[in-house]
Amino acid sequence: MRVLRCGSDAVLIEVEDAEQVQQLHAALHAAPPTGVTELVPAARTVLVRYDPAVADWQRLRAAVTALTLAEAAVAAPAETVRIPVRYDGPDLAEVARATGLTPRQVVERHTAAHYRVAFCGFAPGFAYLTGLDPRLHVPRRAEPRTRVPAGAVAIADEYTGIYPRQSPGGWQLLGTTALTLWDPTADPPTRLRPGTAVRFVEDESEPDAEEGSRSA
Amino acid sequence: MSSGAQLLVVRSGFGATVQDLGRPGLAALGVGRSGAADPEALRLANRLVGNPEDAAGIEAPMGGVEVEFGRAATCALAGAECAAWAGGRPVGPYAPFTVPAGARLRLGTPARGLRVYLAVRGGLDVPAELGSRATDTIAGLGPGRLAAGLLLPLGAAAGWPRVDLAPRPAPADRTVLHVIPGPRDDWFTEEAFGTLLSEPYTVTSDSDRVGMRLDGPPLARARVGELPSEGMVCGALQVPPSGRPILFLVDHPVTGGYPVIAVVRRPDLGTAAQARPGDTVHFRLA
Repeated sequence: MRVLRCGSDAVLIEVEDAEQVQQLHAALHAAPPTGVTELVPAARTVLVRYDPAVADWQRLRAAVTALTLAEAAVAAPAETVRIPVRYDGPDLAEVARATGLTPRQVVERHTAAHYRVAFCGFAPGFAYLTGLDPRLHVPRRAEPRTRVPAGAVAIADEYTGIYPRQSPGGWQLLGTTALTLWDPTADPPTRLRPGTAVRFVEDESEPDAEEGSRSA
Repeated sequence: MSSGAQLLVVRSGFGATVQDLGRPGLAALGVGRSGAADPEALRLANRLVGNPEDAAGIEAPMGGVEVEFGRAATCALAGAECAAWAGGRPVGPYAPFTVPAGARLRLGTPARGLRVYLAVRGGLDVPAELGSRATDTIAGLGPGRLAAGLLLPLGAAAGWPRVDLAPRPAPADRTVLHVIPGPRDDWFTEEAFGTLLSEPYTVTSDSDRVGMRLDGPPLARARVGELPSEGMVCGALQVPPSGRPILFLVDHPVTGGYPVIAVVRRPDLGTAAQARPGDTVHFRLA
């Protein structure tokens, strides 16, 4: 574990892998050192913001270094968010080719796995889910798309995720969900916060004729 | 509670937005803090009109905004100094003034500095999203950029102005930003760090609330490879493969994958937000 200074009021803690990030995040969340105001988990790091009036980075480093990471510290998720997906994505065939699987097998592997939200970023409510079948680890597209629709379910490297809003994006698109995942008028605005358990469920219902009239 | 009064945007300026002190604490959901790029200037303008410091006002890069008030309003300007006229009469910054009912307030262009802040007694009562009225230009939160014809509701006054005048900050001869090395200074050569601290960098026109792109000697990496996405902070000097640093401002992405060589210390972030395209900035060790 490395503790790196990050400006006047934050430190970046680097660990070995996504699992340790989850353990570190859980440990810090359960017993935050004095002065800690915010935790931002990412791929291999947790950014810890603190109030410089009550904490300083050397003391934080000492407090963090004294932590022991344990699998037991990661609380079992209270609920599993089930996401219905219509596997009609434009990259499904290409992913099948790249992995040596059939499109059907790609869908089966994507729906078989148990996922966890490792962290959010890129856009509000965009959750990076870990747990993807290693066979489905494919690089992102060489040319990112300028418009990926809201609800697109995608994979890239060790992650899968859902685009919460229309945006540019370079992930491989496997399908779409009609579930609304980001609503800034709701509290919380997303159910996919770090630590949340997620499953994908194949939605085999007929697509609605009218775009946008789908119900969740 | 709204008083029912409104402010009409007559001229929208150059990307002016409604800002308060932002949405702290939501980065784990992918939402950055946003808020005023020069928060001390907005706080001061609010104090001058008797508002809570976190009331929403207008952030106007390069001024240029014109607004019309439905009722008499007490206003104050802070941040970059610009000429301004209320009902055709000149008004100055760093002091409260009154705009008569039906009259217009017009902002000129600052001679130096970038962001002008307008506070109105009662604050701008646009609907809050995730606890803030701030426009986050990359997250798509808040009322968005001002446009001519837009009506902004005014809130009810919470207090009375208690100061007639605030001291104006002495204009600095040059913009000096103090940096704390890291978190990824070990990704760069020692020469690169020396270059950052000794060479001037110029703010390019490709700069906004997300970040300031800087032109100057490129900063060479000591190692190759990609950095997995990690949390970013306001003031981070992120270095893309071109070697030319980008200084992250208030609407910066919550996570990023280019290494951060150093971070501008918090007290200098307002100064950074007032540097405008063409200005030269100098980095020094904090």
